[in-house]
Amino acid sequence: MKFGVVVFPGSNCDHDAFYAVQNALGQQAAFLWHQSADLEGSDVVILPGGFSYGDYLRTGALARFAPIMQRVAKFALHGGLVLGICNGFQVLLEAGLLKGAMLHNRNLKFVCRQVHIRVENADTPFTNALRPGQVLQIPVAHHGGNYFADQATMDTLLRRRQIVFRYSTPDGELSDEANPNGSLHHIAGLSNRMGNVMGMMPHPERACEALLGSTDGRYIFQSAIRAATGAYSKPKPAAVATHR
Amino acid sequence: MTQITPELVDQHDLTAEEYDRILKLLGREPSLTELGIFSVMWSEHCSYKSSRTHLKRLPTEGAKVLQGPGENAGVVDLGGGWACVFKIESHNHPSFVEPFQGAATGVGGILRDIFTMGARPIAVLDSLRFGPVAAPQAGPRPGEPSVDLAQNRRIARGVVSGIAHYGNCFGVPTLGGEAVFDPCYQNNPLVNVFALGVARTDDLFFAKAEGTGNPVIYVGAKTGRDGIHGASLLASAEFSGEDGQQKRPNVQVGDPFLEKQLMEACLEAMQSEAMIGIQDMGAAGLTCSTCEMGGHSGMGIQVDLEKVPQRELNMTPYDVMLSESQERMLLVARRGQEQEVFTIFAKWGLDAVEIGTVIDEPILRVLDRGAVVAEIPNGALTDDAPVYERPWAPRPRSVPLDPPTPLPRRSGAQLGRDMLHLLADPDIASKHWIYEQYDSMVRTNTAIGPGGDAALIRLKETGQSLAMAVDGNGRYCYLDPRRGARLAVAEAARNVSVTGATPIGATNCLNFGNPEKPSILWQFGEVIDGITDACNVLSIPITGGNVSFYNETGGRAIYPTPVLGVVGLLEKSGRSVRAGFDQARRSVVLLGGVLTCREQFSVSFGSSQYARSVLGSLWGLPPWIDLELEKRVQACCRKLIQEGLVESAHDLSDGGLAVGLAECCLAHDRGAIITLNFDEEPLRLLFAEDPSRIVVSMRHDSLPEADKIISEYNIRADEIGVTEGSSLKIAQRGEILFELPIPAIRSAFDGALETAVESIVDSKVDSKKVPS
Repeated sequence: MKFGVVVFPGSNCDHDAFYAVQNALGQQAAFLWHQSADLEGSDVVILPGGFSYGDYLRTGALARFAPIMQRVAKFALHGGLVLGICNGFQVLLEAGLLKGAMLHNRNLKFVCRQVHIRVENADTPFTNALRPGQVLQIPVAHHGGNYFADQATMDTLLRRRQIVFRYSTPDGELSDEANPNGSLHHIAGLSNRMGNVMGMMPHPERACEALLGSTDGRYIFQSAIRAATGAYSKPKPAAVATHR
Repeated sequence: MTQITPELVDQHDLTAEEYDRILKLLGREPSLTELGIFSVMWSEHCSYKSSRTHLKRLPTEGAKVLQGPGENAGVVDLGGGWACVFKIESHNHPSFVEPFQGAATGVGGILRDIFTMGARPIAVLDSLRFGPVAAPQAGPRPGEPSVDLAQNRRIARGVVSGIAHYGNCFGVPTLGGEAVFDPCYQNNPLVNVFALGVARTDDLFFAKAEGTGNPVIYVGAKTGRDGIHGASLLASAEFSGEDGQQKRPNVQVGDPFLEKQLMEACLEAMQSEAMIGIQDMGAAGLTCSTCEMGGHSGMGIQVDLEKVPQRELNMTPYDVMLSESQERMLLVARRGQEQEVFTIFAKWGLDAVEIGTVIDEPILRVLDRGAVVAEIPNGALTDDAPVYERPWAPRPRSVPLDPPTPLPRRSGAQLGRDMLHLLADPDIASKHWIYEQYDSMVRTNTAIGPGGDAALIRLKETGQSLAMAVDGNGRYCYLDPRRGARLAVAEAARNVSVTGATPIGATNCLNFGNPEKPSILWQFGEVIDGITDACNVLSIPITGGNVSFYNETGGRAIYPTPVLGVVGLLEKSGRSVRAGFDQARRSVVLLGGVLTCREQFSVSFGSSQYARSVLGSLWGLPPWIDLELEKRVQACCRKLIQEGLVESAHDLSDGGLAVGLAECCLAHDRGAIITLNFDEEPLRLLFAEDPSRIVVSMRHDSLPEADKIISEYNIRADEIGVTEGSSLKIAQRGEILFELPIPAIRSAFDGALETAVESIVDSKVDSKKVPS
């Protein structure tokens, strides 16, 4: 079981993701250089947080052109598991692997703090070790996490259960106060239609050790391990039924 | 060649005597480029000409100190082949001129200092001081300038977002610090940035230039005209009223993305055998790095300016040598292996160009299109730079020793209201508006982040943890610089000790007015002595730091403001605790005792936060501190933590016992019932700022064992209450003084700073007209 962590110029959570999967979860990990076209046999590809290309132009806008992204897109198309964290989520949006876009945070400021997110869909490769409605404590750290999509897109996302996580109170209630960035429908994590590509603004790699204040991030990596090793195989019929 | 006139000399901020010294050292008239080089290297900022004789008094040695002052940063041994590298620096004037970029490049500069040594930066703290952002209850004190809230808020917002911009993008956690608001910083904010990194002892790098003929390589950003004379004109001169606007072109613009790439490339290159030495181009840019690298090794450097990557047209040798463009480094590599270095930098998308060679004459030689445009002995720029024994004289007291009006008698209800008022003062209120803009968790080491007494990070490399805190109190130092400095050291160390870590080293940032004024230099000398007193008793060596003089605008100096950054070590098996009350039904114990200050209360209370915030007044002296007691209290607290006897520990400082208890309650919404069985004035018990005091909580059945340890350390400790309920109830003898529900405390404490800084009402406090 091997995680590949993509390194773009300016990625700065690459080491953190690597450390989390290797040390906290005991899996193999490899860094994947942005100019390479080789995923080195990774079972799960992580696009880590940070400021790829300094956030110049727009967050994620330049990273999508990195040579490795063509390879990642092909990997995703064939059902490979891709997890975008924070800047990685922004890159996935720019690359068109996920729908929608990011705006600057509602208060136009960077925000770093622990938040709570509620599991909206436990039937994905990244959430199968969780229960629907379960609340996780995982920190955010971003300037552009205010998710936006037009109404038609949003309807589709809702219908297809692609909203994976929503910001909530510790008790699982949705509210504007619990939403750190103003994102539409309190979206914190989103998948593609197949569920094999997920982007999330909170940083699960920062929540894998009790020392750091939470171990809830482990569930997400554990889910991916289960999915990649066959312990979790397919979305259950209810989810499949919505596919056309 | 340009004729060097007295006017030109004066424009370069050199005195006639200094110019004569240049003539003697060169044995001829300097070229304009050489004059520029001398002016930056002999500036106060680079030469420490006014402070050097005083700085010598600081205690800089210790068994674990691997590198004291003189390099880019200090180095302290952690054992097991690892070391920590840390330093604090100011970027005050640039942050006034252009808050966002001034603060951002301040972060960039200190980060370069750390990774130049071969250490990856893993922590940043900020010590910030601004003019008031909230209208004071009592209005400006007599003689104080009118408060320009809108300007101060704009500066505070700009500085905080500049720090966030740089640190977040670079990928270093900003773990906290301090923020203070006082009229004396209105036109001269202080932005002091502390950074820390770790490295293998064997992998440390220094500014060396060895081996004649070895290539001198320029890496990083291209050189532009930005920042020319930043060190000499911005950092080494007072501001007059309009200067803030005029000097804006001297502030550099930072690019944290480039710096991140530069760090990765430098750290990778350092792992190759090709590298010999490295120096960052910070203040005085190419000039400083070339002569210092040569000077450190008894060699010289010859550079050819034609080869320096430039991003502007028609730059003169003068411009190139004096530019302070950011994110640039100078390396010396082994001849024949330089290709390795070029390959690594190309991988990270950076320019790396050979611009010169190491020569075996101790000189700095600058060529431009074949002509020598500067040739100066290294020594003339460094060792032979002027050092001044400037005159100093004690400053006559301008504030009275005794309170202007007798101290008020307050009822319990009034004391409760005073407490809420204090908690809502931006000095004391929660700083979450600031620190939530900083990424405090990147690198996944943060065990205790912002909002506590000190930050605590684990080291993945060794399993140890490092605690760090920055502290200063300008008001204390204004009233008595020596006492204030002792208190600053003690508090920074105490903040580290309450986490469980043992202080191992300190760095200082000394912010003062114009040292050519005898009273300012006296303050400086007193502060040096105060720091020395405290560091000697507490056995904490000073491993480096920074002096920032000329913090004056319109002839008005800031309070003398030394800021101490203390680093503490917690071994792998060590225990740590946090500040807040964690559990209910725990005994609350005050280590050190209720009263530790032997100064008359009515005198020392004039320096307190209460006097400033509630009474709007300033008088007296800062609290007197018994450093031997301080040492025992800290050691005892660490011992209690390591024995697993206490569950939380919080240092008492601004706002005294009452504010400290409120902070303990807020952390986990845990109430407390406190009974103070002392016959003192309630005002004194609650709000006096006696030093050497720590509030701890522990299981009741731990008390006997704790008592044994407490008596071993020969300190006083009083059990003052129990954690219980959902309010903070404080009684004296049998009588309740006040009871405040935690939500009431929270609503005062939490939002006050944000409300103040984000307020868009554009007002001056003295103006009668309120905009409608």
